[in-house]
Amino acid sequence: VRTLRSAGWYVTSILITIVFLFPVYWMFAVSLKTPQEIFKFPPAWYPATPQLQNFLVLFRDGDVWSVWNSLVIASISTLIAMAFGTLCAHSIVRFRTGGENLAVWIISQRMLPPIAVVFPIFLLYAKAGWADTYHGLILLYTAFALPYVIWMMRGYLQEIPVELEESALVDGCSRWGVLRHVVIPVARSGLFATAVFAFIFSWNEFLFALVLTRTQVITYPVQISQYFGAQSTFWAKISAMSVLGTLPVFFAVAAFQRYLVRGISLGAVKG
Amino acid sequence: MATGAAAVTTAAPITRAAGAVGSGNFKYLLIAPAVLILLAFGLFPFLYSVVVSFQKLSLLDQYTDFQGLLNYRRLVNDQRLWSAVLHTVGITAVALPLQLVLGLLLAHHFLAERPLKRLFVALLIIPSVISPMVAGSMWRLMFDDRYGPINQMIGWVLGEHVSILWTIQAAWAYPAIIICDVWEWTPFMFIILLAALSNVDGEQLDAAAIDGANAWQSFRYVSLPAIWPVMMIALLIRGLDLIRLFDIVWQLTRGGPGNATETISIYMFVRGFQEFETSYTGAMVVVLILLFTAVLIAALRRMEIAR
Repeated sequence: VRTLRSAGWYVTSILITIVFLFPVYWMFAVSLKTPQEIFKFPPAWYPATPQLQNFLVLFRDGDVWSVWNSLVIASISTLIAMAFGTLCAHSIVRFRTGGENLAVWIISQRMLPPIAVVFPIFLLYAKAGWADTYHGLILLYTAFALPYVIWMMRGYLQEIPVELEESALVDGCSRWGVLRHVVIPVARSGLFATAVFAFIFSWNEFLFALVLTRTQVITYPVQISQYFGAQSTFWAKISAMSVLGTLPVFFAVAAFQRYLVRGISLGAVKG
Repeated sequence: MATGAAAVTTAAPITRAAGAVGSGNFKYLLIAPAVLILLAFGLFPFLYSVVVSFQKLSLLDQYTDFQGLLNYRRLVNDQRLWSAVLHTVGITAVALPLQLVLGLLLAHHFLAERPLKRLFVALLIIPSVISPMVAGSMWRLMFDDRYGPINQMIGWVLGEHVSILWTIQAAWAYPAIIICDVWEWTPFMFIILLAALSNVDGEQLDAAAIDGANAWQSFRYVSLPAIWPVMMIALLIRGLDLIRLFDIVWQLTRGGPGNATETISIYMFVRGFQEFETSYTGAMVVVLILLFTAVLIAALRRMEIAR
């Protein structure tokens, strides 16, 4: 009976996994099909002769620039947000700067509706000539990542025993020295995990980029949205670009799986 | 939390130990760049929206003098806005409980330690980490009436050819949106609840079992109270995400047919960026931000997360 129940558990688990992963499989399958095969009726469930033509077309037509734009914008904004956010979190944790009010205000900034945030930004950027520029998007994404970074780093820094910092101060370390030689090395894994998830959130973001880009700095999600036209829908490009946008996320999450629950629950679960 | 309390009591000795450099300036120096950026991109634009909302700016009008509550009065009588609110609340009311219940069931299923469990969990997380934009595109391909596999599979079950226009007919667009959102975010609920359930005190569960509690009773009276705070945070995060839903609807239906699936965010996008109703959109922004901030501050103060 026991082995039977165990077998039942595995069968159920496999079925659940298939249901949840099928759409992802379908996207990969479509991206490897030939254009004729994509529009075959009834639909083919696997590419008869897998080929990379759809990806090569993205390179040939220059569409991959949008992936490059996403990479530049998400990386630089993550770096800036990590630097400023970690300093801010250190101050909040060690000196109780701003008390509970500052912390609550910061996290509430994270949860505001993006449409309400981006609308006035759009008006201001239009006046400043910042629409469709790298620095415009990078600054907005920095502001978008900051509350998350501060909040997560606050959790990681709280776990550092204060005695460590005290003894460094007694040994003659300056306050900056304590940060550089004690806090940051001790919190290293938390720093990396926070940076990875902050990067993924910016990488996946759509609405800010849709509103603030025209032609120069469109990111890959905006590029995908442009493939859906009134008359024709470019299935091959949609699937290939989606795969390109998803692969880095897969690798990042696989590498930082241990921190995932904490990262997406805003630190509610420390597990 | 204990570590937080420790920081409070020990902050003072550190200050004294610092000697020449008082923490007075140092601590503000540390928060300055972050707070300035947040003010510049949060508070300042909000104040700008307030100003704009009292003017009369649109594609046709350019009146920058004070117009009183003109735009706010218009909100009250805007039928399309109220339908958008209704659509959004409707999607949330169906999708959120579904995600919670499915997430709980999955967490319960994967609670016991077994070989390969970690592999299954890792695979099941995938929908929640890919871009909502990609998720929407994926399901658009899946739901295609002719070249997508959904209609094909329904056809197999029914034994006849079906051609449901999922993203084109209003009656089917809602199931399509909800399926996509539930697919994407059930894994989010699942892994958070799984982590919370794993932390439930085993001895209490054993004690409940000895007292003759059945599976439902021990969940209801032992596990549920233990996971409650985490569950509330997960519901808050997801609930707010659903109220501001944009990406997947944009990709699946663009708010159509007509404006049958228009959410609050999509309606504001249309007014602000396609019809250039600047002042009117400004009024919507102000109301939305005030509502969100009120809910957030009330909720965050009650929750463990703020400690």
